[in-house]
Amino acid sequence: MKAYLTRRYMFSASHRLHSDEMSAEENQATYGKCNNPFGHGHNYSVEITVSGPIDQQTGMVCNLVDLDEFVNEHVLERYDHQNLNCLAEFAEAVPTTENLCISIHQIVKRGFSKAHLEKVRIEETMLNSFEYAGEESFIVGR
Amino acid sequence: MVYLTRKAEFAASHYYHNPAFSAEENARLFGKCNNQNGHGHNYTVEVTVKGVVDPKSGFVVDLKQLKEVMNREVLDAFDHRFLNKEVPEFLRQIPTTENIAVAIWQRLAPKLKSAQLHRVRVYETPDLFVDFYGEA
Repeated sequence: MKAYLTRRYMFSASHRLHSDEMSAEENQATYGKCNNPFGHGHNYSVEITVSGPIDQQTGMVCNLVDLDEFVNEHVLERYDHQNLNCLAEFAEAVPTTENLCISIHQIVKRGFSKAHLEKVRIEETMLNSFEYAGEESFIVGR
Repeated sequence: MVYLTRKAEFAASHYYHNPAFSAEENARLFGKCNNQNGHGHNYTVEVTVKGVVDPKSGFVVDLKQLKEVMNREVLDAFDHRFLNKEVPEFLRQIPTTENIAVAIWQRLAPKLKSAQLHRVRVYETPDLFVDFYGEA
């Protein structure tokens, strides 16, 4: 029996949306308030969905303790209470929630082997959310 | 194809324990969930059915019938129960959220008349849920 398990985590971080490839006017037109040079912050909600057969011995797709430990160590400790623009993965890429989804997907995909990663979904605010399921053809210029 | 989701809630207690494992192994694997006196959750269940919209009624499914089936097959059996001791599926299986989702699917699928079951989602807490699509 294959099941899909989703766990939600929270972190808080700041960012500024700005691309060096655009003029000041273009940046302002594209990113609006999010282009404020001093940055701003969000409480991000991250949902990690993993899948696999339900282990007959444990009744689990994977042990939640293992998933929590991995995400705490490799995702939350990396992003919580940070300025995303200062992190290596956003030296070139703009720290939009789209790019954040891709970065977190890559971290979990590379490092967590106890279940299959299905997707990463992030709510930047209650009103907008983003999902990435690992389709590499959608990553442009990374 | 249109998808319709009906939500329901039940409160129940459970614990995780596999008699094939030693006490130490159970404690290591299941942690706090291994307390054999049990602990409880407010579970939320989302049942999604799919089908074509009936041209006469405009419905994918008779919601009253879906609600009755969910109440009879799931809520009456699970709500305010100790799952390990009172629900037949969990006398032999550990009542993890995964197994609860499968049990709900197996209870509902044969009872739904007009619409086809698409997904059962079970929230154990707002931060943890399991989806089951009937996949082997």
